[in-house]
Amino acid sequence: MLGLGRKDTTLFAIVVLVTVLAPFLLNPFPADSAMAQFNSGYPDLMQRFAIYGIFAIGFNILFGLTGYLSFGHAAFLGVGSYSAVWMFKLLSMNVIPALILAVIVSAIFSVVIGFIALRRSGIYFSILTLAMAQMMYNLAYSVFSNPAMNLTNGETGLQVYASDPQYLKGNGPDVTHLFGLQMNSTYEMSVAGWKFDFGVGYYLCAVIMLVAFYIAIRIFRSPFGIMLRAVKSNQHRLNYTGVNPRPYNLAAFVISGMYAGLAGGLLACMDPLAGAERMQWTASGEVVIMTILGGAGTLVGPILGAGFIKYFENIFSKINENVLHSWFHWLPESVQNFVVHVLSPFFGEGWSLTMGLMFMAVVIFLPGGLVEGGLRIGRLFRRRPAPTPDAATKPAE
Amino acid sequence: MGILEVKGVNKRFGGLQALGDVNLSVQEETVHAIIGPNGAGKSTLLNCLVGKLIPDSGSVMFDGKSVLGRKPYEINQMGISRVFQTPEIFGDLTVMENVMIPCFAKRDGTFRLHALESVTHEKAIREQAESILAEVKMLEKKDFHSGTLSRGDKRRLEMAMCLVQQPKLLLLDEPTAGMARADTNNTIALLKDIKQRHKITMVIIEHDMHVVFSLAERITVLAQGTPLVEDTPENIKGHPKVREAYLGEAQV
Ligand SMILES: Nc1ncnc2c1ncn2[C@@H]1O[C@H](COP(=O)(O)OP(=O)(O)OP(=O)(O)O)[C@@H](O)[C@H]1O
Ligand SMILES: [Mg+2]
Repeated sequence: MLGLGRKDTTLFAIVVLVTVLAPFLLNPFPADSAMAQFNSGYPDLMQRFAIYGIFAIGFNILFGLTGYLSFGHAAFLGVGSYSAVWMFKLLSMNVIPALILAVIVSAIFSVVIGFIALRRSGIYFSILTLAMAQMMYNLAYSVFSNPAMNLTNGETGLQVYASDPQYLKGNGPDVTHLFGLQMNSTYEMSVAGWKFDFGVGYYLCAVIMLVAFYIAIRIFRSPFGIMLRAVKSNQHRLNYTGVNPRPYNLAAFVISGMYAGLAGGLLACMDPLAGAERMQWTASGEVVIMTILGGAGTLVGPILGAGFIKYFENIFSKINENVLHSWFHWLPESVQNFVVHVLSPFFGEGWSLTMGLMFMAVVIFLPGGLVEGGLRIGRLFRRRPAPTPDAATKPAE
Repeated sequence: MGILEVKGVNKRFGGLQALGDVNLSVQEETVHAIIGPNGAGKSTLLNCLVGKLIPDSGSVMFDGKSVLGRKPYEINQMGISRVFQTPEIFGDLTVMENVMIPCFAKRDGTFRLHALESVTHEKAIREQAESILAEVKMLEKKDFHSGTLSRGDKRRLEMAMCLVQQPKLLLLDEPTAGMARADTNNTIALLKDIKQRHKITMVIIEHDMHVVFSLAERITVLAQGTPLVEDTPENIKGHPKVREAYLGEAQV
């Protein structure tokens, strides 16, 4: 279906289903139960799941397929955000022109940066991308925010002011919208103790993520995708087979840059503000971790990784000492204090410590990321009933 | 005029003269063997033909055009394919994908952005790939990860990857090294068959004299970077200079 094979169609259908039903699936606990703090079905957070999903899906096309590890992809995220906000300032709060410009501008930037960085491979490529992204961050932070040419509005961040021209606005809304459909409007549904939020913003992000995911599957299964995997496997052989790896690498780089720009544009559509910190190297590192955590080179890995990290960052980080105390209130006080004392570095502010430990565990024990973990568990269950004798000798797909 | 004309090629590595004034003329539709002791410069000569190395001086003409200064992929597109001394394949890809890549290269040139087409729908390419895999008797392994193959299978796969492009000139650097006797005989039979049916010109480097004398129509003996003699297999066998430089040592 849709030009996909059977397995891919199933996978895509599952992702569609999960994405559409996310407001239910992510709010499994009644709104005023103690477990409600683990609910993540808020429009704000779900939007971020989808947006960083797009970012990681695109990153995986470069890193997962060709093996070129970019440490500067946040630069394109930032470029996308700035472009989108400029469209809001100049035209109107409609998200379509914003997203289109975000993709175009990030494509242009990635052609230039990719062309330079791809002259080298391995660690030198990574360093070049890192250096250029940091350069862009610094330019955005200071150079391009002078009174003569204020492209980025420096430290404050670029935002929409009442004095902006907004030539096409007419009497359209003051908040971001899709032809009048406002991004921040939500429909709240209460069933017994449960509450579910359906936001326009989330569903826009979700639909775009699904399209981005679909395109990624097509790329993975295309001759172009095979060429990219061949680059990772043996670039030397590819040269002597009549294929010039350079344009393939550049194409992969630009495609992933455009995905990043799209994600950046969407961030601005959900909250029309763009700051330079979005381009910092920590943000570039985050997408690397998302991709590896979920499973580089796999289809759903990046989405899983993005979801995981954003969940930790937003939910796990809210579990402070008070919450821990309330969890262990049934223990004698001294024991309770001790337990909380031991656990607290891993919760709340310490979420990145837990994340780091998990990341290490995945890299060491599950080189294929969470996806490999899932496959192993799946195999465990499938083997039990009827262990087939030739299962071990079968080639991996 | 041969399809491949090498004239006065020199190549130095620091103080070492790897190739000294090499002249070689390979006629179309022949199998031309290059033999010589280890370190004679045989692989270096092939490297100069495929753009891996650029000679210090001399000229290399293929099909009437110079190959010097061209990139390896351009030279391949001109019609030269090469099997390396140590198998060079795409170890992370399946056998089938390994063979499809050269098919794409042949059809689409050095680059094409076929990012939304599906590999499963490439009927013609799949058929080409499957038929060459059948020829090298690897069809039943087409879904294997090529990295898991035996050394002999890797060599046959690499040969299939070159043959499927139907090159005008096929360069083989010790195609049977590390193969079991039976595999070697299969390879000889395969190459003979290919030669008859596809009329591909071949340059083959080989230490195994059984392979050389089964296949070659012309033989060039290289020693210390310089061709000693070039002749038919019959004459080479009895040549005193050759016995001295090479065959005596190889115990033929
Ligand atoms: N890239 C290089 N840099 C320096 N020296 C080299 C290089 N390539 C080859 N040589 C040297 O050039 C000489 C010829 O090497 P070459 O590999 O061409 O020999 P060969 O005839 O293929 O030998 P063999 O039968 O062992 O494969 C050797 O002495 C080798 O050490
Ligand atoms: Mg050699």
